Amino acid sequence: MLEDLRPGFRALAQTVVPDASRLDAAGWTEVEGIVERALASRPPALRRQLRLLIRALEWLPFLYYGKRFSALDPVRRNRFLLRIQDSPLRLVRRGFWGLRTLILLGYYGRPGAAAEIGYRADSRGWEARR
Amino acid sequence: MSTYTYDVVIIGSGAGGGTVAQALTPLVKGGRRVLVLERGPRLADDEFTGRELEMASQLYADGGGFLTAEGTMTLAFAHAYGGSTVVYTGTSLTAPERVIRGWSVPGLDYADLLRRSQRYLRENNVHLLEPERINENNRLFVDGGARAGYRVEQFPVNVTGCRGSSLCNLGCPNQAKQGTNRVQLPAAERAGVEVVTRAEALRIEPDRSVVVRVREKPDGGKGLPSEWESGEYRVPAKLVVCAGGAIGSTALLLRSPLPTPHSLGSGFTCHPALILVAEHPRAITNDVGHPKSYFVDRAAEEAFVLETCMYFPFTTAKALSGFGADHSAIMHAFPRLQMILLLACDRATPGNRIAVDRAGQPVVHYHFTRGTVGGLVGGSRASARIFFAAGAVRVHTPFADPPLLEQAEASQIDERISERYFREGSVSLSAAHLMGGCCMGGSAADSVTDSWGVVHGLPWLRVADASLFPDSLEINPYVTIMALADRVADGMLRDAPALLG
Ligand SMILES: Cc1cc2nc3c(=O)[nH]c(=O)nc-3n(C[C@H](O)[C@H](O)[C@H](O)COP(=O)(O)OP(=O)(O)OC[C@H]3O[C@@H](n4cnc5c(N)ncnc54)[C@H](O)[C@@H]3O)c2cc1C
Ligand code: SF4
Repeated sequence: MLEDLRPGFRALAQTVVPDASRLDAAGWTEVEGIVERALASRPPALRRQLRLLIRALEWLPFLYYGKRFSALDPVRRNRFLLRIQDSPLRLVRRGFWGLRTLILLGYYGRPGAAAEIGYRADSRGWEARR
Repeated sequence: MSTYTYDVVIIGSGAGGGTVAQALTPLVKGGRRVLVLERGPRLADDEFTGRELEMASQLYADGGGFLTAEGTMTLAFAHAYGGSTVVYTGTSLTAPERVIRGWSVPGLDYADLLRRSQRYLRENNVHLLEPERINENNRLFVDGGARAGYRVEQFPVNVTGCRGSSLCNLGCPNQAKQGTNRVQLPAAERAGVEVVTRAEALRIEPDRSVVVRVREKPDGGKGLPSEWESGEYRVPAKLVVCAGGAIGSTALLLRSPLPTPHSLGSGFTCHPALILVAEHPRAITNDVGHPKSYFVDRAAEEAFVLETCMYFPFTTAKALSGFGADHSAIMHAFPRLQMILLLACDRATPGNRIAVDRAGQPVVHYHFTRGTVGGLVGGSRASARIFFAAGAVRVHTPFADPPLLEQAEASQIDERISERYFREGSVSLSAAHLMGGCCMGGSAADSVTDSWGVVHGLPWLRVADASLFPDSLEINPYVTIMALADRVADGMLRDAPALLG
């Protein structure tokens, strides 16, 4: 579902989670795999809306900056997404919130992310800390 | 379509269904056939890995991302042998007398509910954890709460052999939580009650039969295969009990061709919740130890309850507002994070209700009233006070702009945290205490069932789960659900001679 939207999606992901800029090809495959799997069980209408949103976010900056989102520098990307996040329209805020959630799911759902942030929960509980 | 006949069919195996299954074992001993239908799977002990996405996708409805129709809050509930008790934290409180009296359900007596609750507190080994097993995330809440002037209470919890893995909401990997999957359902099965998993009740027919679809175990999925072959079944019964949870039972009745009361679906409440996070200058024990050991109850005065909590990487990331460098910085501070779960005590309100779409799937409509937002704002302020009093250097709250409050701003909490920053659709709200939809009351004019869970006008149809609550409970609900389900089962035992023949 992300195939043809990859550059836009990755640019959005790197703005939401700047650490994503350090992902290698395998890392991106992992992130996108998690997102794809999460979407697979969702209604087709939701998947369509999401594709539409990613496309709109990629092209909307043309109106403000004369460039696509993925061609913007990080500061402008950030500024643009802040505008979207704080949109007076609930529909737009909701859409962005959904996309942000998916990106966070893809990034922080990777087992490797736990180690990166120092999350260490273990089934053995206290015993694992001794 | 195959037909199997039973005397009693219980739909759902969570806090309500599991309780009824066990309480009806006298019927089985008397030669009656009792069946539990559960749409979720039965997991083996070693399948609980504590891995966030893996467990959430197997146990929760929509992997934990079930959204309200407005798209502004996610609702957490499980589909599994044991229902949401598989993923609950196991904090075990009895209902406040004030709330039960306020419900004004004719015939529902607080003393009766308390007596039944106490029985399940004993049965589930509910006790206070020993001080040496409390982690710093919890101790900071106690210290900060006391310094900030709040009355902090310890949660009784229902664990046996807890190792402190902090993974309760992903299903206990150590079988320590005493949910219905560990206690009531196995006891019921030993006594002869049959439980069929991966079996969804599609509808209940006026002739008292339940139409059921049994699904195959999906490729790569967890859990045992169903006890029945996959396919559709008709299960005629003399008594049918809906215990599919607030959303499951209500949706099932809405798609069944039955003359149910018109208030079916209304009265939905859910204790909308926010995860609040603060950063300490040093690492603390937070992701080890039982996660939820203390609470502050301000329900009566300020419409909120604060509880300790600890969540997993994605859940935490989602709970924080915003994105970018500030968001990442908090995530990287994970070992230094203290967390509080803020629950707003919402009220049953017209418009907040459960419906079904054309395919019969549940749709939950929910709008935030001023009272609920007030509870969220008041609770956010109280949490910030507790965090700073406990020594936090920075507090994250979605009700401030920017959402990070530094220690130097501790004296400006009331100005910085305000309801003017509440914007539906950009605050990560979630709820796990789903209540109402088949509310108890006096008659079909104002409710769906009487105080014994009997659906008005349909004496063979009972409800025995959180959907019975006519308004929010204002405290963690599972013990009260079990007490009500126990009462429903008692009513069934009383009526059995007449209804079962
Ligand atoms: C993450 C989390 C933490 C929680 N922590 C606590 C806590 O610490 N303390 C507390 O008191 N409460 C807690 N709760 C709330 C508590 O778990 C629930 O309130 C309680 O389990 C609800 O009981 P129930 O019987 O109404 O529904 P559930 O326990 O949800 O059980 C309903 C079952 O019915 C099944 N079902 C639904 N429809 C059908 C159908 N048509 N056919 C067949 N089966 C069906 C579902 O699959 C499910 O297994 C928590 C909940 C969650 C999600
Ligand atoms: S903290 Fe205790 S009850 Fe919770 S998952 Fe770990 S062992 Fe189980």
